[in-house]
Amino acid sequence: MTSSSPKPNSYRTLPDTDGHFGNYGGRFVAETLMPLILELEQAYKDAKNDPEFQKELDYYLKYYVGRPSPLYFAERMTAELGGAKVYFKRDELNHTGAHKINNCIGQILLAMRMGKTRIIAETGAGQHGVATATVCARFGLPCTVYMGAKDIERQSPNVFRMKLLGAEVKPVESGSRSLKDAMNEALRDWVTNVEDTFYIIGTAAGPHPYPELVRDFQCVIGNEAKEQIMEAEGRLPDLLVAAIGGGSNAIGLFHPFLDDKDVEITGVEAAGHGVHTGKHAASLTAGAPGVLHGNRTYLLMDDDGQITEADSISAGLDYPGIGPEHSWLKDIGRVNYVAITDKEALAAFKLCSECEGIIPALEPSHALAHVIKIAPTMSKDKIIIVNLCGRGDKDIFTVAEALGVKL
Amino acid sequence: MSDAIIGGKDRIEKRFAKLKEEGRAGLVTFITAGDPDPEASFEILKALPEAGADIIELGMPFTDPMADGPAIQEASNRALAAGMHMRKTLSLVRGFRDQDHETPIILMGYYNPIYIYGVAEFLEDARNAGVDGLIVVDLPPEEDEELCVPTVEKGLSFIRLTTPTSDDKRLPKLVQNTSGFVYYVSVAGVTGAGSASNEQIIEAMERLRRHTKLPIAVGFGIKTAAQAAEVARQADAAVVGSAIVSKIAESLDENGKATDKTASMVTGLVRELANGVRDARK
Repeated sequence: MTSSSPKPNSYRTLPDTDGHFGNYGGRFVAETLMPLILELEQAYKDAKNDPEFQKELDYYLKYYVGRPSPLYFAERMTAELGGAKVYFKRDELNHTGAHKINNCIGQILLAMRMGKTRIIAETGAGQHGVATATVCARFGLPCTVYMGAKDIERQSPNVFRMKLLGAEVKPVESGSRSLKDAMNEALRDWVTNVEDTFYIIGTAAGPHPYPELVRDFQCVIGNEAKEQIMEAEGRLPDLLVAAIGGGSNAIGLFHPFLDDKDVEITGVEAAGHGVHTGKHAASLTAGAPGVLHGNRTYLLMDDDGQITEADSISAGLDYPGIGPEHSWLKDIGRVNYVAITDKEALAAFKLCSECEGIIPALEPSHALAHVIKIAPTMSKDKIIIVNLCGRGDKDIFTVAEALGVKL
Repeated sequence: MSDAIIGGKDRIEKRFAKLKEEGRAGLVTFITAGDPDPEASFEILKALPEAGADIIELGMPFTDPMADGPAIQEASNRALAAGMHMRKTLSLVRGFRDQDHETPIILMGYYNPIYIYGVAEFLEDARNAGVDGLIVVDLPPEEDEELCVPTVEKGLSFIRLTTPTSDDKRLPKLVQNTSGFVYYVSVAGVTGAGSASNEQIIEAMERLRRHTKLPIAVGFGIKTAAQAAEVARQADAAVVGSAIVSKIAESLDENGKATDKTASMVTGLVRELANGVRDARK
């Protein structure tokens, strides 16, 4: 599992039939859920091979989500940084303002194919909750969203949005009252209502087949970006950058490029107050492999295997785990993972707002902060694509507080 | 290491053989190791067999018990807050086993603390402490190579949960590699939730017995002696967990500390449950 292990012929063939990405992934769930998970795996296989399903998915992505999202040359930011050309993949322009909807459309179509009549979801920043509530309203299915009580406090606009869309938002008071606890509570609901309920997981993690199917639904980001950069520049980029909480926007951008060996790839975790302070969400940078929420992956935990709390200014990155495919990509060395602090992310948030007229979410602000560091060190003929996976409207209260501004 | 102490599936088999001889079902009681603190927990544990527990399930505390309801979640939180961890859990068993060579102890919990301890080292230490079997909620047969197979090789039981979603197609896979007994989770849900009807339990017993000769213990949602008795008429054992840990919670003072009533409140309930189970088939 070190960088000395032989490189595979392709980085795009996993997971294997048991849902493993190397040592990671798997199906670590309560037995009550197993028959359903096996049924979901079969249903997804069938859907993937059904041209009608693809057609339906493409239709909603185009006319409801608003895809393709533009690949935009950030001219002023490029000039400001004085190095590589910076392109934004603008998934913040999607309906609901983030990449989450790509996955939600896919999963709800799958849920309806399986005859499920009720939807549940977990949410951190509220973006996945909003996207789930949105597709539930669109297709007329009842929706319950679990959200940590701490996140409800810091993301009140999204809570209101979900309610407007007709979803029930259930506050989770257990544990650290954030994303991981919301996921525990969603799993408890699922195990209780296994007959009629479909769990729309928001990131490329959880038991197999979720990491695979969420990735596949998010790969529209990378597939479009590849085509768009060829059109704009006539060649592939030198570097891809994306923020990572669970890692769905990142894997969606990265996966179509994994076998393009000249494309360097960097995932950006949340370093919170700084990795050395212990108050962060950087599971790949500072965690170790463990088993939680249905998969083996890098986790933040103590030496007794107890999960520790993640910390980030961005509620969407505030999770002590990571999708299993990222764990594998880290170990084999295909993707480079770095961590960005709250402070650095805030500076990037401001710079992007001021010089591009785009208020980014705090999640992609972490990716932008890495670009701010790295672009000036690259020559002007190099190309970076950064995934602008969400817009910042939801974060203005958090940012105002961090900057000491009273609204 | 004395043979009287080390753990193994034999102790579980002997216990069920004895129950059969006595013509009654067994009572399986669950408490979380270290709840509400390591010392009080040891006092409770020691008192369980005398109060009528035939088999003891000892929960391994975990921060993220996603198959448990509020009662057992809180028990886990109390234990962790009191400084409980896996090595202390094993020494709790060791302390118990020094005095009681017969009551089977089964550790129940989630995989991560075992995985981080190291599977081989954990099994060695658990066996030497006198642990007889394991129930690990988040390890379905699809992940048997992780822990189930090494556990069986070590001579301990790996006890599987079967559920209302375990149909005739799924059951053969579930009873494979298992020993000791089969645990039937009578409702789809988390621990401590509603209970199944008698008809549902009878139907499930029939289904399970088509697939295994092992004893069947039924749990989830059993709170009273009457409910325990009803289950004991059909099953080989009744499992009670949330009701017992709720009793612990009820006994604590306003700071959440154990009181001189803690152990006696728990044994009081266990005695009632045991009487229910023992009188069920009279």
